[in-house]
Amino acid sequence: MEFLIAPIIVALLASALALTISILDKHVNNYGDVEININKGKKVLDVKGGDKLLTTLSSEGVFLPSGCGGRGSCGACKCKISTDIGPVLPTEKPYLSIEEINNNTRLACQIKVKKNLDVYIPEELFNAREFSGIVEEINDLTYDIKEVIVSIGDESIDFVSGRYIQLVVPPYGKIKESTQRAYSISSKPSERNKVAMLIRLVPDGIATTWVHKYMKVGDKLRLIGPFGEFEKSDCESVMICIAGGSGMAPFKSIFHDMLEKGEIDREVWYFFGARTTKDLFLLKEFQEMEKKWPNFHFIPALSDCSPDENWDGEQGLITDVLDKYLKSKITPSKHKEGFLCGSPGMIGACINVLNDNGIKDIFYDNFA
Amino acid sequence: MAPDINPLVLLLASILTSNILLANFLGLCSFISISKDMDSANGLGMSVTAVLTITTAINWVVYRYILIPFDLLYLRFIVFIIIIAATVQVLEMVIDRFSPALYMALGIFLPLITVNCAILGVALFMEIRGYSFLQSIVFAFGSGLGWWLAIVSLAAIQKKVLKAPVPEGLKGAGITLITIGFMAMAFIGFSGMLIVQ
Ligand code: FES
Repeated sequence: MEFLIAPIIVALLASALALTISILDKHVNNYGDVEININKGKKVLDVKGGDKLLTTLSSEGVFLPSGCGGRGSCGACKCKISTDIGPVLPTEKPYLSIEEINNNTRLACQIKVKKNLDVYIPEELFNAREFSGIVEEINDLTYDIKEVIVSIGDESIDFVSGRYIQLVVPPYGKIKESTQRAYSISSKPSERNKVAMLIRLVPDGIATTWVHKYMKVGDKLRLIGPFGEFEKSDCESVMICIAGGSGMAPFKSIFHDMLEKGEIDREVWYFFGARTTKDLFLLKEFQEMEKKWPNFHFIPALSDCSPDENWDGEQGLITDVLDKYLKSKITPSKHKEGFLCGSPGMIGACINVLNDNGIKDIFYDNFA
Repeated sequence: MAPDINPLVLLLASILTSNILLANFLGLCSFISISKDMDSANGLGMSVTAVLTITTAINWVVYRYILIPFDLLYLRFIVFIIIIAATVQVLEMVIDRFSPALYMALGIFLPLITVNCAILGVALFMEIRGYSFLQSIVFAFGSGLGWWLAIVSLAAIQKKVLKAPVPEGLKGAGITLITIGFMAMAFIGFSGMLIVQ
C-alpha cells in the first residue's frame, strides 16, 4: 500500500492548489462583461474581462503585431488607450518613447482587460488577420535567397505595397515551439490570393532554416498580417530607393504596383547593393521594367566582384555609388525622398549619405 | 530539533553574511536582467521578499505536517515547486484585484519570480538546517531583504557603469557579472560578524 501514498498525497496537494486557483480565478479574476470600443465605434467587442488585451483582441479576430508572442519583449503590440487604466507599467517603459507615453500608447500584451476600454489601433490593422495558405512555389533566387509563394486559396488579402506579414513557423526538428517571423511581402496588392516573400538563409536562424531546409511545395502554413507602415508616399518627389539582399522584397511589390497603376511619370532610382554576381537576382525583371518605364532607373552595384566575373555595372560600396549618382546623375533641383530596406548597418550608412546630399525625408524598413 | 539561533542573529546573517545572492549565488538570472533601472529593481526586490516569506511559511507547514509524517522527504523538490508556483499565481490574482497600486509596484514581477531559484533555495535550506517555523520565516524574510539590498546596490552601480568607458566586448552581461563578483567579495567583508549555517 505504501507505494500508493506518495502519488495520492502529491495528487491531493496539487488538486487542492489547483482548486484554490480555479475558485479564485472564477471569483477574483472575474471582471464581468466588458466592452472594448475600437476606433470610436468602428468595431465594438463585448468580451469577458480578466485576460490580457492582446489575447482578448486576437480571440475576437483583431490582430495586433506581436513578435514575442506576448512576453513583453518586442514592443510590437502597441495601441492607444484613451480610458484611464493607470500609469505605464515598468515592463512597458523600455518600449515606449516619451511621446508615446504622453499620447497614451501602451503594450497590449501587458494590459489586462478589467473595465470598458476605448482603444485606438491603426486603421489598417483591421485588415490584419490569420490566413491559412499552401506553399505554391519555392524558387531559388541565389544560393541563399529563396522566393516563397503561398497561395491563400479563396481568401483575399488587402494590403498596401511595402507591408510585411508574419509567417507562423511550426515546431520542427529540435525546435519544439512554434514561433513567428516577419517578412516583407514581395507580391503585388492586386494579386489578392497569394503572398510572396523573399527569404534569406540566416545561419542557425529558426525560421529561415525551416524555410530553406524543411519547407516543401504543398505544405500548409499560417500567415498573420499584413502589418507595418513602410510604403511609398503619395507625392511627386523623386524616389531614391536603396536595398540590399532580401530587402528587395518591398520594392519589388511597390514598383510592380506603380507600373500596374500607371504611375510612371514619377522618377525612381533603385540602388541594389550586393557583394558579388552570385548575390544578384531578378536583374532581368528590373531591366525589363526600365524599358517600360523611362523614369525608372535600376542601379545594381557590386562591392566585392573579381575581374573574372565579367561585371560591367557599377562597382564599389553602395554608399559610394549612391553618393556619386546623387552628385552627378540625379536631377539636383527636384525634391527627393529616400526609401531604404535592408540591414541596420546598411540603412544607417545610407541615411548619412542621403542627409549629406540634403535629403531629409527618409523612410526605412529595418531588418533588425 | 531546531538549531539554537537567536532569530535576530538569523535575520542579520541572512541579509549580510549569508546573503542568498552574493554568498550562494541563487536567483541570478532575474537579478542580472532587471537590475538596469532602480524602480524595477525595487519592485522586484520587494516582490521576492514577499514571495519568499509567504512560500517559506507554507512550505514549512507542508513539510512538517505532510512530508515528514508520511515519510515523503524525497518528494520535497516537486512539492516545494508546486507550492511556489501556485502561491505566486494566487498572489498575482489577489493583488491585481484588490490593490492595483501594489500590483503596479510588485505584481507585474510575480511571474518572473516563479522561476527564481532563490525561492526554492531558501525552502531547501530551511529544511536542511532544520529551522523552526519562526526561524524559517525570519530566515526567508532576511534572505528576501538581502536579495533586495543586492539588486538595489547593483542597479545603483549599473547607473554609473553605463556612463563608464567599458571595453566593447565586456558591455552588458559581461561587466555585470564582474560587478557582481566584486560585490560578492565586498560582502565577504561582513563574514566575521556572524556565522550561521
Ligand atoms: S507582443 Fe511583444 S511586447 Fe507585446
